[in-house]
Amino acid sequence: MAGKKLPLPEEELMDPGHVGCLGCGGCHAMRYTLKATGPRTIISIPACCWAVMPGVYPNTCFNIPHINTAFEVTAASISGIRAALDARGIEDITVLGWAGDGGTADIGIQALSGMVERGTKAMYIMYDNEAYMNTGIQRSSSTPIGAWTTTTQVGKVRDYKRAPKKNMVEIMVAHGIPYTATANIAWPKDLIAKVKKAMAVDGPSFIHIFAPCPTGWRYPPDRTLEIARMATHAKIFPLYEVENGVYTVKKFKKEASISEYMMMQGRFRHLTQEEIGSISESVVRWYDKLLKFELMTQEE
Amino acid sequence: MDRPRKDERPDYKTWKDIPLTPVCNFTTIKGNPTGGWRTFRPIVDMDKCIKCGICWQDCPDAAIVWEEDHPVWLYSHCKGCGICARECPSDAIEMELEVKI
Amino acid sequence: MSTKKVISGNYTASYASMLCRAEVVPAYPITPQTTIVEKIAEFVASGQMKAQYINVESEHSAMAACISAALTGVRTFTATSAHGLVLMHEMLHWAAGARTPVIMANINRALAPPWNVWADHTDSMSQRDTGWIQIYCSSNQEVLDTLILCYKVCEQPDIMLPAMVNLDAFILSHTSEVVDVPDQKEVDDFLPQFNPEIKLDVDEPLSFGTLAFPSSWYMEWRYKIQHAHDLAAKRLVEEAKAFEKHFGRPWGGLIEEYRSKDAEIILVTMSTIASTTKDVVDSLRDQGRDVGLVRIKSFRPFPTKDLREALGHAKVVGVADRSHTFGNEGPLFTEVKGALYNHDRRPPLVGFTVGIGGRDVLGSTIEGLYDHLEKVADGEAYKEVRWIDLIGDEEEVV
Repeated sequence: MAGKKLPLPEEELMDPGHVGCLGCGGCHAMRYTLKATGPRTIISIPACCWAVMPGVYPNTCFNIPHINTAFEVTAASISGIRAALDARGIEDITVLGWAGDGGTADIGIQALSGMVERGTKAMYIMYDNEAYMNTGIQRSSSTPIGAWTTTTQVGKVRDYKRAPKKNMVEIMVAHGIPYTATANIAWPKDLIAKVKKAMAVDGPSFIHIFAPCPTGWRYPPDRTLEIARMATHAKIFPLYEVENGVYTVKKFKKEASISEYMMMQGRFRHLTQEEIGSISESVVRWYDKLLKFELMTQEE
Repeated sequence: MDRPRKDERPDYKTWKDIPLTPVCNFTTIKGNPTGGWRTFRPIVDMDKCIKCGICWQDCPDAAIVWEEDHPVWLYSHCKGCGICARECPSDAIEMELEVKI
Repeated sequence: MSTKKVISGNYTASYASMLCRAEVVPAYPITPQTTIVEKIAEFVASGQMKAQYINVESEHSAMAACISAALTGVRTFTATSAHGLVLMHEMLHWAAGARTPVIMANINRALAPPWNVWADHTDSMSQRDTGWIQIYCSSNQEVLDTLILCYKVCEQPDIMLPAMVNLDAFILSHTSEVVDVPDQKEVDDFLPQFNPEIKLDVDEPLSFGTLAFPSSWYMEWRYKIQHAHDLAAKRLVEEAKAFEKHFGRPWGGLIEEYRSKDAEIILVTMSTIASTTKDVVDSLRDQGRDVGLVRIKSFRPFPTKDLREALGHAKVVGVADRSHTFGNEGPLFTEVKGALYNHDRRPPLVGFTVGIGGRDVLGSTIEGLYDHLEKVADGEAYKEVRWIDLIGDEEEVV
């Protein structure tokens, strides 16, 4: 028991001994999320790092019911769970789909779109480490522009990922989802508050959690939270919520340099200052647009 | 079948013993001590510790427990990532190279 | 009290799902299955059926939702056909691996290209190895009875397997027949509520399907699926007896023998081809010809023992397949041959690939098969595999 008040809820529903890499941001994301949801939660996890990380049979790090499912069906799986609970009149359970960026923005986007369109009461969380990390750092549609991955190798003829990162939150907004937000493991209280908000929604909710990966991004494992913070301070990963179409952007006095953020990571090492400059322009453009969305939707 | 137990590694001898549905719940606290992964060991200087709970909050492995009013590292599970040392606001944690015995 | 209804095979499946009190029905339309799920949607909308109907965005998601709902502890039903079934393929493996008693009606239809919506067994035959029980029906009554029986068997704690109940496109799906539809109480008395011991439960949390190493238990779980199929083969027959006692109507066994016990020439087939064959057998018998039929109802579990007993005495056996394994022969033919190979009495076998893409298999077609088999019985040289009714020319021996 805490003699002094701890910064977060004390209950641990994710036990130590999981097999996440050293400094894995996906583990912060899981630990904080479960602190928000509490034990009356069913979690469905497709192929992703978290398919392996709970442990090898008969081990599990979870203290909540947990189901493994196929790569592309997270949202269909939680639709089935919610329907089953509804069929038996059970209302007080949080149904949580937990997938990586590949499992969400690529292979799982169809099932997710279906679930959100149907208005299923379930929470879907994408923990975003910006590539297929479980299979070993392959490009996903959520990999940012400029990044090296094992399938966007930097060579003489082809180089880094040229396409920009797919914006899942905006895709959710286009569905008219009642609640969607971005969250960052460097702001656990904010993350927990957003998960709690999502739990209260009588319908679908989607949270995009920024979860740096030391193994795939090529930085030392102790810098996970530092890098996560810089991403938001540099406006590369703005924190915002969209509640029934109304945008709220979290503003920070502190700023960070995009160039410094990128140069801390081996995956961006090949970029020239000119290339970083053009990426920076697009970051600023999007952030300004977000502020306009906020202004416009708050006024309505 | 007998329900698997959270605190006990199931002692299955044959295919007849395992549950029909592939399920488990043996906690990794007992089943998978990851402390052996560690190269650097976090050592806290309690004189410098301000007991803010940041190290506890920031551990990706839930391998720091809060006892009474201070953090205790579960060296059985701490992987030595060093996030606690980097994030500590009072610089109270050092990462020391593990000495293999 | 049961009611006699004149209904299509598809509506029969819809009534069965309602009578069996399916609680979650994730469904996606596909010809010629669509009227099953339309009818269920109607039942749910009118309040007759208390089910959660999920308008999923694909068959793949339909099966995924069924699996997760079943693991949450409720009874599920869905229906599909052809491309829908093969899109589900990955999740069919998953349903069996997760040991979920999902019950599904599949309307046997051909696969494109070219587009073809008519009867063909390629869709379900290519799901042979997924771990599902597969039953093939010959009448609408059998569709209803088999669905009830499958829930009863598949939900038993030592079975827990998914089952696919197959009916031929249009020939059964859209043909109305008189069906004896039991009342709700009759079905409730036979089929208790599904309440599995192991389920997703916040009060007793378990992890489902966690990574299992080659060294421990993955292989054993796969063996347990086989073991459950072995048990299911027995249980289907036992429960069919209980079914007969309860509903006053026989379901029979894994195969149906029709005038074959004393026949020298036997044709083995499935589904609606078997119905036509019965008429042909009757008329050939009237002519004094020594022919019979064995209909395989359960393709998985495969009735090896029954087939040995039913076919061992024959002088020649033909197998009519409404699908083909490219690069080899009809899958049913392969399996029947395999069943007899290690038997001490092993008649010569001929495989017929017939009715592909819904081409009519008429009485005269089947009579032709028996003519062919008689020649083989008389010692004439024969081709082991025949494509029947190819337009213009026979198949070529390369």
